[in-house]
Amino acid sequence: MDKEAYAVPNPLASGKTIQIDFDKCVGCNKCIEACRRDVLAPNPDQGKPLVLYPDECWYCGCCVMECQFGAIHLIYPLYQRISVIWKERENEEIFYLRNNFRKEEEKCTKNG
Amino acid sequence: MAQSLFNKWPYPISYGKENKIDTDVLILGGGIAGCHAAISASRKGVRVVLVEKGATKWSGNGGAGVDHWQAACTNPCCKVSPVEMTEAIVHSLGGYECGIKRYIQCVEGYEVLLDVEKMGVKIRDVDDEFKGADFRDEETKLLFAYDYENRYTIRVWGHNMKPALYNELKRLGVSIFDRVMVTGLLTGKTKEGVRVLGATGVNTRTGEFYIFKSKATILCIPEAEGIWDFSEPHGFGRNFHDPNCTGDGFAIGWSAGAEFTLLEHTIPSDGNLGYIPYGVGNAHNTWHGCTIIDSKNRELKWYDRDSKEILYEQRFRPSPFQKFFIDGGSIGDPRRFYDVYPPVIEPNLPDLIRKMHYVLPLYADLPSMPERERKAIFGMMVGNEGKTFILQKIYTEAGFDPNKHLLQVPIFSPEGYINPPVWWYSPGLPKWRRLGRCGGLVVDWDLRTNLEGLYAAGSIIFGHGDHAGAATSGRYAGRKAAQYAMNVSHGIIEQNQIEQQKSRVYAPIYRNDGIRWKELKAGINRVMQDFCGPYKHENTLKIGLKLLHKIKNEEIPYAYASNPHELSRILECISLCTVAEMVIHASMARRSSSKILDFFRIDYPQIDPPEWNKLITIRFSDGELKFESLPLNYYLSPPYFSSYEENYKAHCSL
Repeated sequence: MDKEAYAVPNPLASGKTIQIDFDKCVGCNKCIEACRRDVLAPNPDQGKPLVLYPDECWYCGCCVMECQFGAIHLIYPLYQRISVIWKERENEEIFYLRNNFRKEEEKCTKNG
Repeated sequence: MAQSLFNKWPYPISYGKENKIDTDVLILGGGIAGCHAAISASRKGVRVVLVEKGATKWSGNGGAGVDHWQAACTNPCCKVSPVEMTEAIVHSLGGYECGIKRYIQCVEGYEVLLDVEKMGVKIRDVDDEFKGADFRDEETKLLFAYDYENRYTIRVWGHNMKPALYNELKRLGVSIFDRVMVTGLLTGKTKEGVRVLGATGVNTRTGEFYIFKSKATILCIPEAEGIWDFSEPHGFGRNFHDPNCTGDGFAIGWSAGAEFTLLEHTIPSDGNLGYIPYGVGNAHNTWHGCTIIDSKNRELKWYDRDSKEILYEQRFRPSPFQKFFIDGGSIGDPRRFYDVYPPVIEPNLPDLIRKMHYVLPLYADLPSMPERERKAIFGMMVGNEGKTFILQKIYTEAGFDPNKHLLQVPIFSPEGYINPPVWWYSPGLPKWRRLGRCGGLVVDWDLRTNLEGLYAAGSIIFGHGDHAGAATSGRYAGRKAAQYAMNVSHGIIEQNQIEQQKSRVYAPIYRNDGIRWKELKAGINRVMQDFCGPYKHENTLKIGLKLLHKIKNEEIPYAYASNPHELSRILECISLCTVAEMVIHASMARRSSSKILDFFRIDYPQIDPPEWNKLITIRFSDGELKFESLPLNYYLSPPYFSSYEENYKAHCSL
């Protein structure tokens, strides 16, 4: 299988935090100015925001509120999503806070 | 695509480049208190500069939004007077509360709300979405929470509160400096003592240095979070507590000689182990009155203050012969005070769970509630409160429907369901603590500190606080500071103060390697866990203090930052270390235990002996620690008048 490997630091246990839909993002960088903790930073190479410090995200959602293009998705970490559980009365099936924004992951599966 | 591991720093670097700014009133902190202080000072016609570490448009330690405006006693429907409410709150907290700040909130809260309505925040049900609801006043269209009979807390659509305040600041011409972390107060000596003459700061993106000269300064930077807890896998912001709150205001106030109290009051902390705030089944605070069922569809009962079972409607009404009850967030501790004790869910729930009378899990049963009550909880309050605008969006997108879904309450040990926890808190580690949101600066009836020219607003003032408390104290301090600034000239700042600040602030960028900020933070946290944990003793507190000094003198000098962001994080650790020292000093000074303050000394086990029912103040001046004590109600004792009304009238400048 022809797939490159990278030597990178271990990923965060706390998850992805912020995912940007680059098909919708116009590169206005307003989300960067909304972030109180500078989780997001400009990326001069791509012209679109970089999620630089995901571990510092507070999930305030201000970047999402600021984005007029609906390009930003906040993804609570799995340990929190899996503990948001709901069901219907008289029905044993349970639902959890599934991440419905998996565009990039799905793309990769198809290409892989 | 994997991103390149090392990106070039995206902002221009100008370490040490000086920016000199001269103003009449300087506001430090751009949250709720800071914004209202700036607006109010600016309306007095003085020049105003506001400095904020994050982004003024959105920053604030309770999140960007607000869903209920508490203790708005002067609204036309309220049946509780400002004095009655203030006294009830202060009494419920055993007197450990700043009555000045509370009274100002009760008197001015509704006025501020009308003010923000003009700025574009929706505070009444103009769309008639809740027409006919039990909690709606049909004439004013105001909606109320908690006690529907007495109507002191107003439900609002405040998710856009910060952008609205920000626009008003812009309109008024306030100069805003975002991304500037305040690193110190500039002071000068006067005949009476110390006067605050300005502040220094560093830009968290470019590394530039700022020198703000002011006639009056208002500290609006809240208390520190994260003094005890650290968990790398859980990140820094998965809970309700703002990671930007690192006690920078406490630290700079302390270094300048400001007087603090009640820092010994700490409480258990969930760190970042909690559940999504407001995002799991709950019946308290914002979810007050929510119907809870067990896994067999059995509904949990509600009780009044006399432990009598009550009907659904009475969850929102006082008990028989009770004038009013109190509930909400940070509005006293009404469960300690029979007079204002709220309706509660099964007080002996842990027992009933153990005996399997109720079978876990429990669920929030929104679907069975009347439609308008359901919408008020999920959609209005959860949707506008703090960080819940995004919560509601994500839950809805994931398929959660409050009209048909039961939302599970997390699984705890039976004691975890003791009334009244807010069920999205989870127990943290046993030694994890946090400040009890009660310690802070001592102020007078002008909201001035012991230092000339230094005022305070929001939760940096001692005593509990909430959104409305921050807004009202900000508004009050703003006009007091402006009034002072109009009658004085600038003081002279000695250059060596600035040079000392600069060499301290920039030290971590001149090294090529060293200890990084997270390791530093975790080290400070460990000292506090071990030596200032749930049980305290003079010996261990003293060792804790020595270890903090060692961190300051032997580790921090080796701290390394690779960019201005990391530099600001190291400076935050230094703030945290200073606050940790302050907490230990305060803990050593209280030589008794206290149930009310959740403060336990192994060497002084007597609980709340009357002679220790007082405020112990601490400050650091002329190289010395100074301790004094104040009566709990010092603000109603000489030289002040003995009533709230008289003091307010004499000082409010309205």
